[in-house]
Amino acid sequence: MYDYTEFDAAFVAERNRQFRAQVERRIDGSLTEDEFKPLRLMNGLYLQLHAYMLRVAIPYGTLNSRQMRQLAYLADRWDKGYGHFTTRQNIQYNWPELRDVPDMLDALAEVGMHAIQTSGNTIRNVTADHFAGAAADEVADPRPVAELLRQWSTDHPEFQFLPRKFKIAVTGAENDRAVIRAHDIGIQIVERGSEIGYRVIVGGGLGRTPMIGKVLSDFVAQADLLPYVEAVVSVWNTLGRRDNKYKARIKITVHEHGIDEIRARVEKRYALIRPAFGGIDQELFTEIKAAFAPPAFREASTAVYDTARKTDPVFRAWADTNLAAHRAPGHAIVQISLKAHGATPGDATADQMRVLADLAKQYGHDELRISHEQNVILPHVHKSDLPRVHAILKKHGLATANIGLISDIIACPGMDYCALATARSIPIAQEIATRFDELKLEHEIGELKIKISGCINACGHHHVGHIGILGLDRAGVENYQITLGGDHTQTAELGQRTGPGFSADEIIPAIERLIDAYLHHRNGPAETFLQAYRRLGMAPFKAALYTQEAAYAAE
Amino acid sequence: MAKPFTPKIVTANALLEGDVVYLTADDRWTRAIHEAELITDEDSARLRLIIAEGQPEEVVGAYLADAAPSPDGPEPVHFREEFRRTGPSNYVHGKQEALQDV
Repeated sequence: MYDYTEFDAAFVAERNRQFRAQVERRIDGSLTEDEFKPLRLMNGLYLQLHAYMLRVAIPYGTLNSRQMRQLAYLADRWDKGYGHFTTRQNIQYNWPELRDVPDMLDALAEVGMHAIQTSGNTIRNVTADHFAGAAADEVADPRPVAELLRQWSTDHPEFQFLPRKFKIAVTGAENDRAVIRAHDIGIQIVERGSEIGYRVIVGGGLGRTPMIGKVLSDFVAQADLLPYVEAVVSVWNTLGRRDNKYKARIKITVHEHGIDEIRARVEKRYALIRPAFGGIDQELFTEIKAAFAPPAFREASTAVYDTARKTDPVFRAWADTNLAAHRAPGHAIVQISLKAHGATPGDATADQMRVLADLAKQYGHDELRISHEQNVILPHVHKSDLPRVHAILKKHGLATANIGLISDIIACPGMDYCALATARSIPIAQEIATRFDELKLEHEIGELKIKISGCINACGHHHVGHIGILGLDRAGVENYQITLGGDHTQTAELGQRTGPGFSADEIIPAIERLIDAYLHHRNGPAETFLQAYRRLGMAPFKAALYTQEAAYAAE
Repeated sequence: MAKPFTPKIVTANALLEGDVVYLTADDRWTRAIHEAELITDEDSARLRLIIAEGQPEEVVGAYLADAAPSPDGPEPVHFREEFRRTGPSNYVHGKQEALQDV
């Protein structure tokens, strides 16, 4: 993976020194809160309902064991012994005190990490497919592109005061695991003949006005990517609406001007700035690519794995649910669920983080990934090591076999933490997971993505959940709206609202009725919830939700 | 027609710790909602908020929140304020943590 150069280290150290002084000036009264707020946000520090929150960037979700260990150290030393992994592959600490934050940032810098541009109207952490460099279906590893974009966007002088935040995601495979169609810019690495290039998608986004991104260019050559992306951001920086925060994102700009007009403007801008990119970015890109060279995969027998899978049903359930196909023979991608039934989605204790770091070090070429689905990935594990890895995970509450199933829920922090939330998300996720675990139905139900947001800003991606749940405040009571048929992949779609929402007490039975309807109507176990919904439409699900609940619908 | 005034408390987050605090009648910041001053008229509410906003070295983001009287002191009206005076529902952290230690 990419290691900080002296330049990177000096840059982060200087930023941390500045922030330490800013915190001191805030505390001694030289800075007002209005002056301090943009400065703390630039360094990832929010003030939430019960405390400050520090959001630390995990670029393209990639970590080594030393970094994970340091995240555990921060959790123990300055927080309450845990961290929360987010849908943008970051980690959030929910309980830091203001005076401690500069020390936390210094501790992060020791392992080449920071919280720069995790907030504010800047280009945020560039996310990527969490199977990057390991997936069997990949054209190329998306992380070198993501790292190039990170270096280009960090402190980019033109893009520090954008109309609004700007999020970029990169995938190297046709199967989209990075939700690129719901990002301001989504980049897909593609092949044309033998040439590698990029499909560039713009104007996707969730939030109060959800939009699926549109293709701006089907093929941008490798050497042209940075000037092309710069042209896109530059056009939006000029055109984007600063008069209304809710209309400022590029999705609205694309919607208001049309994709053809945006394309014409981007091409004009591109023609102007392209000559300024003299090729240094490509030299840098070559160096970055070398840093992401795949590890030396070993060739060994997988007999141990085959035997364990045959003889141990618990291991088998885990292996069949949590492993994904690796490009190298004899290897697997291990998905570690942070969704134990009843636990908070995305939370890991400091002890668990250290176990994950140890496993990566010993069995996984020192690599870890955080997925936007709030799980942890060991991207490169030889199958012969899997029984041992599983045994260790089991011991630490990390072997839940539920990846992609009904209890593998994305949930934003909601009103348990977030100052913007209108309702809680976490307890709903906990109750759904607990309920379907009790029913012992989740393997029977099969692939199903439930995504929960506690407000219309949609950090929990509810619009693209097969079942989306949106928590709202209806006359001083928590109320949950359901959407169906959302899809976050290459066949992206926005879910459709079923009708009136449900109270906190009613939402779990409502989800149960939906699932009963699916099990009743499906063609067989091979037809997933999403496929059944696409075949049947809304009617049978709506009936299940509302006709049996006439009393509620009448309100 | 203007909405009739409903009783309020002044609340904010502490600058250093970031936790929830409430303004008392004798101009202190307390961690306990029951010790907050329940303000029953609009003019005093406006004045008390200005006083709170004038203490940036102590608190951040002061605002008026609806509250209801009770024999023990003010109680939250909205669920958001209920969570703020308690802590998150997924762990015994925040204010409820301190109560448990007692």
